[in-house]
Amino acid sequence: MNASQKERVLIKGNEAVAFGAVDAGCRCYFGYPITPQNEIPEALSVLLPENGGAFVQAESEVAASNMLLGAAACGIPAMTSSSGCGISLMQEAISYMAGSHVPGVIVNMQRGGPGLGDIGPSQGDYFQAVKGGGHGDHRNLVLAPATAQECYDLMFRAFALAFKYANPVMVLGDAIVGQIKEPVRREPPKDALRPEAVMALAKDWRLEGYGGRGEGAAPRLLKSVYLAEGALAGRNRLLMEKYAAMRAECAFEQTDTNDAELIVVAFGSIARIARSAIRRLRADGRKLGLFRPVTLYPFPAEALRALAPGRRFLVMEQNTGQMVEDVLLALNGAAAVSWHGVMPGLFIGADDLTEPILRALKEKKQ
Amino acid sequence: MAEYQDVIMAGFGGQGVMLIGNLLAQAAMEHGLEVSFIPVYGAEMRGGTANCTVVLDSRPIGSPLVREPLSTIVLNEPSLDKFQPRLRKDGVQIVNASLIREELVDKKLRSVCIPANDMAHELGNVKLANMVALGAWLRATGALPLTAVQEALRRVVSAHYARLIPVNAQALEAGYNFARRAAGQEA
Amino acid sequence: MIRVSDSADALRPQPGECLAFDVNPVLNERPTHYCPGCHHGIAHRLVSEALHELGVARRAILVASVGCATFTYDYFNVDGLEAPHGRACAVATGVRRARPDAVVFTYQGDGDMAAIGLAESLHAANRGEKITTIFINNTVYGMTGGQMAPTTLVGQKTTTTCQGRSLSNEGGPVRLAEIMAQLDGVAYAARCALDSVKHVRAAKRAMRKAFEVQLDGLGFGFVELLSGCPTNWHLDPVAANRRIAEAMIPVFPLGVFKDATTTAPADAGQAKEAPRG
Repeated sequence: MNASQKERVLIKGNEAVAFGAVDAGCRCYFGYPITPQNEIPEALSVLLPENGGAFVQAESEVAASNMLLGAAACGIPAMTSSSGCGISLMQEAISYMAGSHVPGVIVNMQRGGPGLGDIGPSQGDYFQAVKGGGHGDHRNLVLAPATAQECYDLMFRAFALAFKYANPVMVLGDAIVGQIKEPVRREPPKDALRPEAVMALAKDWRLEGYGGRGEGAAPRLLKSVYLAEGALAGRNRLLMEKYAAMRAECAFEQTDTNDAELIVVAFGSIARIARSAIRRLRADGRKLGLFRPVTLYPFPAEALRALAPGRRFLVMEQNTGQMVEDVLLALNGAAAVSWHGVMPGLFIGADDLTEPILRALKEKKQ
Repeated sequence: MAEYQDVIMAGFGGQGVMLIGNLLAQAAMEHGLEVSFIPVYGAEMRGGTANCTVVLDSRPIGSPLVREPLSTIVLNEPSLDKFQPRLRKDGVQIVNASLIREELVDKKLRSVCIPANDMAHELGNVKLANMVALGAWLRATGALPLTAVQEALRRVVSAHYARLIPVNAQALEAGYNFARRAAGQEA
Repeated sequence: MIRVSDSADALRPQPGECLAFDVNPVLNERPTHYCPGCHHGIAHRLVSEALHELGVARRAILVASVGCATFTYDYFNVDGLEAPHGRACAVATGVRRARPDAVVFTYQGDGDMAAIGLAESLHAANRGEKITTIFINNTVYGMTGGQMAPTTLVGQKTTTTCQGRSLSNEGGPVRLAEIMAQLDGVAYAARCALDSVKHVRAAKRAMRKAFEVQLDGLGFGFVELLSGCPTNWHLDPVAANRRIAEAMIPVFPLGVFKDATTTAPADAGQAKEAPRG
C-alpha cells in the first residue's frame, strides 16, 4: 500500500458532501431529516461544531432554508440539504435568495416522486433545479456529481460559485450518489479557492452591522421587493446579466466522443451507469461516446453542439423526460436525438442500459 | 486477480450483509483497487432481504449496481429466490446451506454450499455466519487475498467490538478453507 | 411617486428655524408610509431608542417581515434583511448563528408571526435563539386590507369575517406572549400596549429588557405590542386607542409573562405587573 492509497477513505457520497463542505469553509448547516440524505446532517452535526461552526436541526425545510437565507446574507458560507418534498418546501427561500443576491448552497439528493414517491434514486427534480424551481424568474447554478469523490470536490466549487455570483447553487445528486460508498481522497481540488478567498467575495454586500465597516458606514439592505415603477424590471435585467455571465462556468466531461457515431448524454448516477454499458459495447466494436454535463445550469450547450456534425445523440435520464429538452434546444436540429427514460425509484445496472443503447444505434440515420 | 468483479450480498436484516459488504469494500480500497459499495433498501427492508452490491475493478467504477451479477452471497432462502435466477451462467454463488434447502440450489450453476451458521456456531457465535460466507467467497472468486480482508477488519469493526476481531478473522479463514476443500472435491 | 429624499429634506430646519426635537440617530428622517394614527411609528421609535441607548445599533441586523412592516428597514439606520412571509425568526436564527456577535431582531405583525410563521416563531423561541422579536398585534391584516388575523377578537368584523369572528368557525384569538412564556428558550416575554403615554413608557422598558436578555446571552426576547389600526378598524385614531383599552386589553392582558433575569422558569405563564414607565 503506497502513501496515496492510504489517504483514501471509504465513505458515502453524503458523507463526502459533509467533508467537502467543511473543508471548503462551510460554517453553518441548517436542515431537516429526510431519506436518502441523512448522513449529511448526521456528519455535519459532529464536524461543524468541531470546526467552530453552527449546526441547527430545523423544525422544517421551510425553516432550514430560511435560516440559510439569513446566514448566507451575512457572507458566511452556509448550506442546507434535503430531498424530494423537502426541496419543494425550500423553493420559497431559494427564490428569495436569488432575488436578494444571497449565496445559499442547497444539496438535493433526489428521491423518487412525485409526492412522497419513494426513497430510491431519481433525476426527477431536473426541471425544478435548472429552471428556477421557485416563483418568479430566477436560476440556480446546478452542479451534478456522479461519484463520491465528486460530491467532495464539487462542494468547493459550489461555495466559490455561490459567493462569486451571490446566487443560490444547487448540488443535484440522487439516492445512488448519496448512498454509494467509494474511496475518496480528502484533499481540496487543485483549483479550489481558500475559504478566506471565498468569504472575501462577500465584502461588498454581506450584512455584519454597519459598525463592522467603520464608523459612519452606510447601512446595508438585502431584499427582493422592488415596488417602485420600473424598479423590478431593472432588478430582473440585472439578474439576466448575472445568468448570462454564469455561462462561463459550464463544465462537462466527454469520453470516447472522437470516433463515436452515437453519443449518450447523461448526468449524475445514470451517466456513470451508462459509462459501464458504453465500455462493454465499445469492447464489441460499437462506436459510442458519453457526454456528461457537470453543470446542468448553465447547460454546456455549445460543447454539445460542437459534437453534432455526423453524430446522433441518445439522452438517458432517470425521469420521464426532462434534460432531453435542454439537449434538443442545444442541438437545435443539428443532430438526431433519441431518448431513454429510466423510471424514478428503480435501481438499475449497466445491463439495463445496453439494450436501449443498441436500439438507438440501430435507428436509421436521419 | 480478476480485472473486474462484482457481488450481490443478501440475507435477512441482522445477518450482517452490510457489514461484510463494507469490509470487502474497505479491504479492496486498501489493496489499491477501485471499489463501490451500495446498499439497497426498499419496501422489502423488513421481512424480505437486505442486500448490497460491491463492485471491484482496477479502473474507476462505472455502474455500482448490476442486474446480472458475477457472484452472489445468499444467506437465506428469499435471497436465493431473488438472486439465483439473475446470476450469470459463468458466475458463482455462495449459498448458506444452514438455512437454504439443497434442493433449491440450481445444479447448473457453480455454487459453494457452506453451512455458515453451523460453522459460526462452532466458532462460538452464530453472528459470524456472514464472515464465514465472505471467506468462502474470497476463495471461490480469488478477488482479494484472505489476509487483505482480515487486515481490514480493524477499520470496519467499531472499537466497541474490537475484542471480536480475532474470531471474525478466524471465521473468514474457516469459510476460506471450506471453499478450498470444496474446490478440491470439484476437481 | 414622492421621492423620499426630497420630502426628508423638506423636514430639515429652514433658515430662521431651529430644531426643537430630534429623534435618535438610529431612526432616519424618512417620513413613514404608515397610515395616520398607526402605532408602527411609536413601535419603531421604541426599538430605535433601545438600540441607541444600549449602544448596539452598529452591530444590529434587522430582519424584516411581510405585512405593513415590510419596509421597516427603510426607517432604521442599521443593516437589514428581508424575510419571506412568516420566516423572520428562522432567517434571524441563521443570521445570529452565522454572526454570534451581531444584535439581531425581527419586527413582525400578527399574521406574519402568529399565523403563517407560527412554527418558525415558536421553534426559534424554543431553541432559545439569542434574538429579539417585536410582535405587533393589531387584531387585523393591515396591508392586504383588513382580513381576519389569528389575533382577531371574537365578534370582530373583518373583510373575511363579515358577521364577526366566531369561536365555532374561526377559533379564538392567539395569545402569543403567554405561549412564548411556556417555552424554556424564552428569556423574556411581555405584552404591552401603545394606546397611552403610561403604556408606551412601560413598553419602552420592556423593549430594553427584550434586547438585554439577548445581549446577556440568556435567550429569546419577546415583546408583544397591542397596536392600533384605525384604517382597518374604521375608527379615528382616538377611538382606536380607546378600543385597545376597552376591547383588546381585557382579552390580551398586559404584563411580563417571563423574565429570566428576575424569576425562575417555574413562574412562567404567571403575568407580573407591567414594568413601570
